[in-house]
Amino acid sequence: MNNDKLIIGGHEFNSRFILGSGKYSMKLIEAAVKDAGAEIITLAVRRANTKDQENILDYIPEGVTLLPNTSGARNAQEAVRIARLARELGCGNFVKIEIMRDSKYLLPDNQETIKATEILANEGFVVMPYMYPDLNVARDLVNAGAASVMPLASPIGSNKGLATKEFIQILIDEIDVPIIVDAGIGRPSQACEAMEMGVSAIMANTALATAGDLPLMASAFKNAIEAGRKAYLAGLGRVLTRGASASDPLTGFLRD
Amino acid sequence: MVKINGEELNIAGKSISEFLATTNYDPKRIAVERNGDIVPKAQYDETMLCDGDVVEVVSFVGGG
Repeated sequence: MNNDKLIIGGHEFNSRFILGSGKYSMKLIEAAVKDAGAEIITLAVRRANTKDQENILDYIPEGVTLLPNTSGARNAQEAVRIARLARELGCGNFVKIEIMRDSKYLLPDNQETIKATEILANEGFVVMPYMYPDLNVARDLVNAGAASVMPLASPIGSNKGLATKEFIQILIDEIDVPIIVDAGIGRPSQACEAMEMGVSAIMANTALATAGDLPLMASAFKNAIEAGRKAYLAGLGRVLTRGASASDPLTGFLRD
Repeated sequence: MVKINGEELNIAGKSISEFLATTNYDPKRIAVERNGDIVPKAQYDETMLCDGDVVEVVSFVGGG
């Protein structure tokens, strides 16, 4: 287990839990990162507010890798613009591409995401595209230079769990870069199940931000993700198609 | 007039550094884009804002 690293774009991580930082107080970030054991945290880029004296970067512990997203982008061009601004903010070259055309379901635009991935990968970014789980698109993203692919489990912020399970399994089976489930994971058990299937990591935000006790839920997710990873590495026991199989010896019964 | 984050300001003729000095922005925590191009921090002193410029000043916020 000690050698079991998550490798994204040549960077090694021990944690397989990517933490979002949206929709909760900056003051909780340090506890969330610590209790999640997270080594990567996502951020958004927005117009700077002259009234706010506080900056989220002041609350993120040292050594945590920042993963800016391109939220707000409606096409590849806008995503590229936001990614470049994020890099100019001086916190590394990771970017999570997020391109949405509709504000009702917030589904990713896979075609524009492929275009943005190609441009940004060529500019030296470590590109982690959020995507609707489609094998052909995932292959195109890898060919375009994606360092991982981030399929949604269910709509963003819904906490509905692994609605796209079968299609994520196909990505696990066929795609060689890390598959990181992003969006929709609402419970630790769902994160655990995805990890058991063989995804490389879990990204969660709303599940924590809407929990009763955020740091405690971060800790619960950490344990669930680790349990799922161990189960995957161990290899799950088989499932019988029918009938039963005794766990006890079928000899030496106390009868004649 | 110069449009900064959507707001028209009467700061044409000032450099980006001079403009930033009049605000609460922390120069270490922002990125500046002028007419669609990023202005590297090293060029804040020499980049003059002109009438009609469109400038975006951005920073990180919480997000998923």
